[in-house]
Amino acid sequence: MAELQSKLQSAIADRIFLIWVAVIAATLVVTAIQPSAAWLIDYPKAWQIPLADVVNIGADWFIDSFKFIFRFLADVLEYPMRALQWVLHALPWAATLALFSAVAYFSSGWRLAAFTAAALFYMALTGYWNESMNTLALVGISVPGAIALGFALGVSGHASPRWRRTLMPILDLMQTVPAFAYLIPILLLFGFGPVVGMIASLIFATPAMVRNVLLGLDTIPETIVEAGRMCGASARQLFWRVKVPSAMHQFLIGVNQTTMAGLSMVIIAAIIGGFDDIGWEVLSQMRKARFGESLMSGLVIAFLAMVMDRISYGFADRSTGVSASHVPWWMQRRYWIGLIAVPAVFIALSFAFEWLASYPKDWIWDPAAWLNQLIKDFTRDYRGLTTSIKNNTLFFFMLPLKIGLQQTISPFSWGFEFTPVLKALYWALLAAVSAYAFVRRNWPIAVCFAIVGIVLFFGLTGLPWPTFIVAVGLIAWIAGGRNLAIFAVLSLLFVLTMGLWKPAMLSLYLVSVAILLCLVIGGTLGILAANNQWASWIIRPINDTLQTMPQFVFLIPILMVFQVGDFTALLAIIAYAIVPITRYTEHGIRQVSHDVVEAGRMMGCTKLQLLFQVQLPMAVPQILLGLNQTVLYGIGMLVIAALVGTTGLGQRIYIALSDADAGRGIVAGLAMALVAMIIDRILQGFSEQRKAALGLS
Amino acid sequence: MSETQPLLKCRHLWKVYGPDAEKSVPAANGQVDDTEALIAQMRDDDQIVAVGDVSFDVQRGETFVIMGLSGSGKSTVIRCLSRLTEPTAGEVLLDGEDLLTVTPSQLIDIRRHKMGMVFQNFGLLPHMTVLENVAFPLTLQKQPLQAAHERALQMVELVGLKGREEAFPRELSGGQQQRVGIARSLAVDPELWFLDEPFSALDPLIRRQMQDEFMRLQEQLHKTIVFITHDFLEALRVGDRVAIMKEGRFIQVGTPSEIVLKPASDYVRDFVQDVPRIRVVKASDVMLPVGKVDDDCHHVLPDTPLEELLVPLAASAKPVAVRNEGGDVVGLVDSTSIVAGLASLQDDGNG
Repeated sequence: MAELQSKLQSAIADRIFLIWVAVIAATLVVTAIQPSAAWLIDYPKAWQIPLADVVNIGADWFIDSFKFIFRFLADVLEYPMRALQWVLHALPWAATLALFSAVAYFSSGWRLAAFTAAALFYMALTGYWNESMNTLALVGISVPGAIALGFALGVSGHASPRWRRTLMPILDLMQTVPAFAYLIPILLLFGFGPVVGMIASLIFATPAMVRNVLLGLDTIPETIVEAGRMCGASARQLFWRVKVPSAMHQFLIGVNQTTMAGLSMVIIAAIIGGFDDIGWEVLSQMRKARFGESLMSGLVIAFLAMVMDRISYGFADRSTGVSASHVPWWMQRRYWIGLIAVPAVFIALSFAFEWLASYPKDWIWDPAAWLNQLIKDFTRDYRGLTTSIKNNTLFFFMLPLKIGLQQTISPFSWGFEFTPVLKALYWALLAAVSAYAFVRRNWPIAVCFAIVGIVLFFGLTGLPWPTFIVAVGLIAWIAGGRNLAIFAVLSLLFVLTMGLWKPAMLSLYLVSVAILLCLVIGGTLGILAANNQWASWIIRPINDTLQTMPQFVFLIPILMVFQVGDFTALLAIIAYAIVPITRYTEHGIRQVSHDVVEAGRMMGCTKLQLLFQVQLPMAVPQILLGLNQTVLYGIGMLVIAALVGTTGLGQRIYIALSDADAGRGIVAGLAMALVAMIIDRILQGFSEQRKAALGLS
Repeated sequence: MSETQPLLKCRHLWKVYGPDAEKSVPAANGQVDDTEALIAQMRDDDQIVAVGDVSFDVQRGETFVIMGLSGSGKSTVIRCLSRLTEPTAGEVLLDGEDLLTVTPSQLIDIRRHKMGMVFQNFGLLPHMTVLENVAFPLTLQKQPLQAAHERALQMVELVGLKGREEAFPRELSGGQQQRVGIARSLAVDPELWFLDEPFSALDPLIRRQMQDEFMRLQEQLHKTIVFITHDFLEALRVGDRVAIMKEGRFIQVGTPSEIVLKPASDYVRDFVQDVPRIRVVKASDVMLPVGKVDDDCHHVLPDTPLEELLVPLAASAKPVAVRNEGGDVVGLVDSTSIVAGLASLQDDGNG
């Protein structure tokens, strides 16, 4: 009893506890008087700030005044792309295939060369050769452009700290604002056509390069730079001959990420591009619900991504140590000779053999019709199973978070009525659980239980916005101090006053569900992989593949089985966002100091004790970082999920895009970026705190 | 400049970090009336005085060691001398020219031709072979590749790495990497050689080998050297003169035996405590005035450590004669004088 009293006293002395109690109480009061004060739950339309219209007026003026510059730029950019396109079409397919395989060989050897050859052959075999070459032409201009731009920006940011402080938030925005949102102004400025896709892909891909260039230049050991200076290097020599080569490995990792980002934009760009490339093919087939065709063409993108990823990664991996001072010239130049000779041979041969020049139509293998039939049969035969999986997840997991138990529970879904007696029982149970947690553990856990219980009852869309904002502000305060709290509150007020509260909550609900599942599944897989070499050996390549696939491709197979709706979107988000949490968990556990693990063993920990009391607590900062990445990936996937009929911010952006409404698109995109940034900063704050507590920072 | 002038003169060197650090020392040449008072005031103002009014000369061909614990400011001194760090105030005269006022391009030129530096963590370029690393300062001067590689090869041989020219730094052991660092710093044949804790990152046994190697090189090359270390024994071993540094100040400067025999403060005495004096104290420190000298008695030079006198003294009843380089006898050492000398040191050490 005395213990309880001291607990109560110390909790009441804690300001944060009192604020929490106030927030919870306010939420309950507001929801109780809700019928008479609906504005506390649904922000009234009349109070919205018409920022989107203002943006549109500004944008219209800007576009009218400066469109000619951008149209001119688009024309200029179109030339190199058309030229590259022409070259790729003029080259015999066999020569292109050979060229790529040769590059793959020099990057990392025979196995990659064989894989590359197979991947490119797939494009010819399935009849997507021409579309693939068009995509390559687009990527072939936008990616080198992004690399050059990223390099220049990274170097300038490294040289001038003041410029860097302006640059970093812009990078954050470029990566968190969904690409769809800035597609609209680009579209209006540059007009329709492939160049728009190219520019969108350029914008999306550049930040990765900038970040890696900055990271590379920042992490050059100080001694190397000092040694360069003491050798008498001028500023230019110091940069090109000391810094650049020392950071080359990181630069090439940047090239790899930039390539992947650029490629992932290809389909998205196709939405507005309407250009005869592979992205367009995937999209238009999907719209016609021809899943066989869209899967076949989606595989082309996946293969293209894997090939480019492995090749650029191979070069990054090899970048340390190439020397040749007394090897014969043809050995030094053997790469270049190979790259010219191999395709040259095939070009020569193609004059003799017509089938090497352009892939014969008769040899095309098109299993799309067969695939479609297979899917049809499958969905017919297993409809019962798939629907029950879908419905159970919806009724027992997704809907409670979305609209709350109060609306979910009905004879139709749960099989019984949520009578007032049952509701009272629910609240009594919740109060009991929280009280128990308070007595046996501490107040933060009790508060957590209370919040989860309230959210489940009302659902994210049924919570009053004032208390929601205060609660998020409070969490931000705990995680990162006053500035973060101010940022979080202001961002949420922006979302609110723009009239985007409901869609934001809908997005939040979908992402939360996906992330919870990612955390459970991905965390388990990560733990498994960290403790078992076999599991790691199996999980790693699957993760690699998932990560290199363009986001879009995930939708196709899931869509085939589960049709449009939240559940399909959920699965697609999970498939994409599960990778980082799995990886970081494995990495976090593996890097726990061996001394600590051995100390644990020597004290007689069982395997489970070792895991839960030694490894996991030590790995928390890493796991939080992985969770952070997972959140960002999940939010990034939201817009794409909007294509399969989810509601929320993603849908708003998508609608704005089809209306070419720059204002609404930008505002919704900004809202999404702000939500992503709030979660990102909060998780980073907690990760830093844990790190500091563990003495790891 | 005459040959007898010191090659390097460091006058009133200051390095202060913190708010308004640039304006903290009133005079650009670093000369102030009351150094201690100024430093105390700076520290009250939350400024960090890494180097506070340090002055010294380094003669041609001399090895000048700055010894101090981490945070004492010793690395900052050498970084100020080479201007890797900009000093707050003071003068650094190399052959009479003030390094702190030269233009950036002049500085590059000086570094290219007159200075070499060895770093604690080697500072080798990871993408270059041993040969390319050593030739790097030469290629920066746009010397023809052929000539640069020939010179680099000589240097690689000099440090005993012949046969490893085509290896990459990551393929070498720490000791070997530092040999490359030494070869690179010597490639341009500098007059002034900076070594910043060159052997601190190495294992004790390797460190010892590298010290021997260093002393062999110096006997051959006669460079003017500033050597930084945190290892007191290393300082005594390699240095002609040693400066002990603490909290940004030199607290004693002297030859190794001066420091061991007459530690200036308790702080220095703590270091001296563990030094086997018999290795540091020289014949000239304990010799008796010249008495009767037998022609057939053993003779040594004045700077021979006492350790080396034990065997000849044990072998015969006669004392050992101390002769200068000209062959004149300047003193005598017998067993009693060694014991008496060491005993008096013991007193000093405890008192």
